[in-house]
Amino acid sequence: MISSRLSRATTYLILTLGLVLALGPLLLMLLNAFKPTPQIITSPLSLPTELDWSNFTRAWSDARLGETMLNSAKVTVMTIILVLTTASGAAYVLARQKIKRWKSVSAYFLATTTAPIQLFLFPLYFGFARAGWINNPIAVSFIYCAMFSPFAIMLLRTYFIAIPKELEEAAALDGTNQWRLFWRVMLPIVSPGLLTVALIIGLYCWNEFLIASTFLQAKGEMTAVVAFTLLSGQYSSDWGEIMAAAVIIVLPILMLFVLLQRHFIDGMAGGSTKG
Amino acid sequence: MWLFALPALSINVVIILIPALLTIALAFCQWDGFSMPVFVGLANFNAVFADRVFWIALGNNIKWTLIFLTVPIAIGLFAATLLLIIKRGRTLFQIVYFMPVVVATAITARVWQGMIYNPNTGVFGLLQRFGIELADPLAHTETALYGIAAVDLWHWWGFLAVIFLAALRQVPQEMVEAARLDGAGFFGLMRHILIPAIAPTIKLMMVMTVIWSFLVFDFVYILTQGGPAYSSEVLSTLAYRNAFFEFDLGRAAAVALVIALFGLTATFAYVRLQAREGAN
Repeated sequence: MISSRLSRATTYLILTLGLVLALGPLLLMLLNAFKPTPQIITSPLSLPTELDWSNFTRAWSDARLGETMLNSAKVTVMTIILVLTTASGAAYVLARQKIKRWKSVSAYFLATTTAPIQLFLFPLYFGFARAGWINNPIAVSFIYCAMFSPFAIMLLRTYFIAIPKELEEAAALDGTNQWRLFWRVMLPIVSPGLLTVALIIGLYCWNEFLIASTFLQAKGEMTAVVAFTLLSGQYSSDWGEIMAAAVIIVLPILMLFVLLQRHFIDGMAGGSTKG
Repeated sequence: MWLFALPALSINVVIILIPALLTIALAFCQWDGFSMPVFVGLANFNAVFADRVFWIALGNNIKWTLIFLTVPIAIGLFAATLLLIIKRGRTLFQIVYFMPVVVATAITARVWQGMIYNPNTGVFGLLQRFGIELADPLAHTETALYGIAAVDLWHWWGFLAVIFLAALRQVPQEMVEAARLDGAGFFGLMRHILIPAIAPTIKLMMVMTVIWSFLVFDFVYILTQGGPAYSSEVLSTLAYRNAFFEFDLGRAAAVALVIALFGLTATFAYVRLQAREGAN
């Protein structure tokens, strides 16, 4: 059976192949962001001969990245705050089974994570339109909150469950009321969980396309990802510019990810497997 | 204590549950989004089922499900097993494999469209000039769906590799060592020890794959908008077009119910599977 054992060299060779596969398209994006389009056409794989920043300046003004990234950031921050304040309370009572119907409430949240967006999108859109909430970032952050908080609740629940019960009992003996106990004792303990949730929800919001492109179509409210997709017409496209815009939008995310990768990976893996 | 759960619950009910119930009602009405909805019984369903494009879309969702139940799960398991047996560099590989997961779908779509598939600016175009006949898959009816699936595959397999690795690390080291001493090769180890040990995780991912496969929207909408000639249409893009381009909300709702039905079936199958395993 020795022959069917993979040698160390083969193992690393295959893993490196995976590395190239994962990085390849991202490197193409980065390389070609610095090339004028004629050079991309002659050799998409070559290194840029000089660092040409003109793609970036054009991308910045055409996709109005200063403004649209600020819009993305606004929706992202509002959603993070909304999710953290609402999901932590729900996660706490579900973890400690503080309410009688905790099982049905948990099941309900679990069910909504698998609900297709199209199942609620259409009445929601026309309802919001009637209320005048289209092109309203606050309204969109409420939609994101509804979509992402079940995931946040499932994840935070595991953090609350890990807190020893004695801690609460001791605080209860001291006469601390529920509210103070939650804010002053429990929340600080689960703060690593709150950071994980904030990062992942932030990632989802920054990257989200379907809701953002449907509910925020006005020029002044558009998010960066939506403005990015509008850069190219179907037939004529300035790919150097498009890649430059892609680099600007994705670079902060990739840097944050590499810096805090444990939080991202554990959070996304934990939230989707332990549910 | 209800007060703690109430904000999260009420936002969810207002945004998701109530509109979802309205969607069920809408499926039996004719509505353009503005005037009063009119009850039409099963007319929307009859129209949907008589529509050729609906069957193309449903077929595409099923193909999509079959692709994603096999290819990325196999790649993910293989990569995770390799990562499990190496001693050095595991974290680095993990981080890089996970990178495509954190890139926005819109950006991934454009990078593939312009830098890989494009006959002028992409790698495919370059290969063509070297005499390798590679057409842009997105431009042809027979290949459009697979071209999109390849993009989603790139974006997805690293996620599964990382999830499976996390599960594999829970497998007792002694079991792995014992199997190796018994002379088990790499694939024997995978088949007889590792895969059975993480079967619950694999099953969960398969159920989620079925659910997610019927939700797929971004890549199709950005890369082909369901074209050319509806060849890459899926149910979610069909419903979206019905609603926002044709203002036929009743039909959009009917299609949405079909999408939800598949998700529900997958969820029930999973719950039953769990129950049976618990009983044994």
